[in-house]
Amino acid sequence: MKKNKTFNLVIVGYGGQGVITLAEIIANAAFAQGYEVKQTENHGLSQRGGLLECHLRFGQEVFSPLVKRGGADLIISLDLFDAFSSLNYVNKKKTIILTNSEIFSPYPFKEISPKKIIPFLKKISKKLILVPTLKLIGNISKETSMINTLILGYALGKKLLPIKKKFILKAMTEKIRPQFLEKNKKIFDLGIQVAKKH
Amino acid sequence: MELIRKDLPKALLLGNEAIVRGALESGLSFATTYPGTPASEIGDTISKIAQELGIYFEYSSNEKVALEAAGGAGFCGLKSLVAMKHYGLNVALDSLLPLVYLESPFVIVAADDPGCFSSVQTEQDSRWFSKIGFLPTLEPADSAEAKEMTKFAFFLAEKYKIPVLIRMTTRVCHSRSTVKFSKIIPSRKKGKFLKFPYQATATDTVNRHKKLLKKIEKIKKESEKTKFNYFLKNKSNLGVISSGVCFLYVKEAIKELKIKASIFKIGMSFPFPEKRISQFIKNLDQVLIVEEVEPIIENEVERIAKRINPSLKIYGKNLLPKYGEIKPEDVLFALAKISKNIQTIINLEEQQRLLRGIKIEKRFPTFCPGCPHRATFFTIKKVLGEKVVFGGDIGCYLLGSLPPFKMSDFIVAMGAGIGVSYGISKATDEKPVIFIGDSTFFHAGLPALINLVWHDGNVLVIILDNKITAMTGGQPHPGEVIKIEDLMKACGVKSYEITNVYNLKETSEKIKKLYSQKGVSVLIAQGECRLLKIRKLARQGVVWPRFEIIKQSPKLEELKNFSCPAIRKKKGKYLIDENLCWGCGFCQQLFPENIKIKL
Repeated sequence: MKKNKTFNLVIVGYGGQGVITLAEIIANAAFAQGYEVKQTENHGLSQRGGLLECHLRFGQEVFSPLVKRGGADLIISLDLFDAFSSLNYVNKKKTIILTNSEIFSPYPFKEISPKKIIPFLKKISKKLILVPTLKLIGNISKETSMINTLILGYALGKKLLPIKKKFILKAMTEKIRPQFLEKNKKIFDLGIQVAKKH
Repeated sequence: MELIRKDLPKALLLGNEAIVRGALESGLSFATTYPGTPASEIGDTISKIAQELGIYFEYSSNEKVALEAAGGAGFCGLKSLVAMKHYGLNVALDSLLPLVYLESPFVIVAADDPGCFSSVQTEQDSRWFSKIGFLPTLEPADSAEAKEMTKFAFFLAEKYKIPVLIRMTTRVCHSRSTVKFSKIIPSRKKGKFLKFPYQATATDTVNRHKKLLKKIEKIKKESEKTKFNYFLKNKSNLGVISSGVCFLYVKEAIKELKIKASIFKIGMSFPFPEKRISQFIKNLDQVLIVEEVEPIIENEVERIAKRINPSLKIYGKNLLPKYGEIKPEDVLFALAKISKNIQTIINLEEQQRLLRGIKIEKRFPTFCPGCPHRATFFTIKKVLGEKVVFGGDIGCYLLGSLPPFKMSDFIVAMGAGIGVSYGISKATDEKPVIFIGDSTFFHAGLPALINLVWHDGNVLVIILDNKITAMTGGQPHPGEVIKIEDLMKACGVKSYEITNVYNLKETSEKIKKLYSQKGVSVLIAQGECRLLKIRKLARQGVVWPRFEIIKQSPKLEELKNFSCPAIRKKKGKYLIDENLCWGCGFCQQLFPENIKIKL
């Protein structure tokens, strides 16, 4: 990353997916790597299932914790449906959207087709990258709860985050409960490998 | 916990955690709170370390009691702190104002919520209370300042024997940034109450007022010299005055626009640093004031400018949002307009135009899978229909006001559901049904219930007893030692029932019975918060049952009205997502032939 640059990241998803955990891991890793870090999150009214939006900015000198409108370098969306709600931060000239290709849970009983969302995301961003999470995780586990670490690995494998792997791993060890750590690391590595191949 | 690790020189902390660190570096000995987001993490953080550091901490039954306790401990010389969200200060105000007269030194943290991310009542600005109550007031911009200002607040409180207010906002509470650590000062277990100074009499009140005004003049001098009120001078006729997180947006915008401007950062907004602001604006042509929510600093500057620099052009709420959270682009836009940077304005408007006409669908907030409230709302609607007057209150169950339930005709304030329903029952022939959570009932519902019994109101009160303060993250409440049904007896409620909300038949029958009776009736609707229950089970390694749909049928359409996030329709078929099903089994009672437990 260039010396005077601030990296602007927005992470979206729904409550229960580990959106804030993911933001904390990246924040702590960036901090350990020596960047100044500002991170903030919008909690909604609901404990589970509501929209969550985390902003993370790091660089040599960072003031605002919020990414400004049209200011994101990277948007990570843990559910395709939520990528749609991050449009405010997208900029055709620079924003890469890295998103889960699946819609796990829009809201009950409303079917929303990915076909409605994908072309639009493509049109307004610099680049759209879809991660086929269900297919990938299906190889290891039945649970969809580790999509956050899978996509994190994918982002690293694609060199979308200017952070070294060793700092991410250190932050994961600090933030993830020991009994889930090994499985998360495995899925994180899978993300990296798949991204390199894709 | 990172916050109290001795080997760390610095860490990334939430604003709320930084407040706690600042308190620890001041010798915090006594802390109370009633949980309220965005302030919740202050109490939750102290609760995790209190025992280890010998600090007295409690979740109190409401903010008024919490503040009174902190005031009492302040009388005894203990370093004490009370934390709450902005509405909490409304509740506590009655006791706070006299405690200023009575010179109790303690620190109050009140968190405003511009943009109402987790608030439904009003979008109020706590800084008005600084003026009503003569409260020295600090406004941190980030975590580092939150820590430093907490220490300064304790210093002021002790030196001048006065409660000091730290006004946080959601963005500062819920942002992480670097905090440097200093030494933690050990807590004190016990203080000492000195009898004489606090024997207030009615005749003395005016004298105390006089004394307080003198004291505020002295504190004003602190405000003129504190490092938290400072300016960055630049050779420019443009100045910007800001407080709180807005200061960071100002710096960001000035850097991006590459303009020259002098900046005044207000960290202590009451008493107002009049002299320093006078110096700052004396030679300026234009000034922009950036603050959330109300134009409080702006009004002060206008007043001073009339005397010092009448030709000064003052911008503020005429260029910036008067409501909602201020965003970095708002400040950029305002400064671009003032400095006539047309390209930036075009770029910002272009970005907005791109999104015009697009309906951005956002996820709805909803009850968790297996939530007891969903079962309660569903059952009551099934039994009573939609025409009944439904009153709401503050808690997770306010989500019952959203589709598909739409079962709150009004939500006013903590505990107000019962009082307002009572008024409606007196003014009409209706029997309103009011939903109130257990924690909210203890907080402010109880006095309203007593009035209801006394004056024979015609209301059905549903106490949603999930055994916890759920919406703010699962804090305990007086139900730990006081049974709600014992209170019903003590309050003279003759007609009340206890039900298990996961039992459709039992709950339906009890509602039918209670609603048909005239007068006060209460249903204690029991069902443990599912989120906490599932966490407990997961920690113990216990696997809970999952359910599955074994037979499709057109009548399953009714599940729409149940709206469980685990149940979805895919390609015309209903299915239960086993990752989301938290095994309450309520759907199986609705369709025993179609839904079975998964083996």
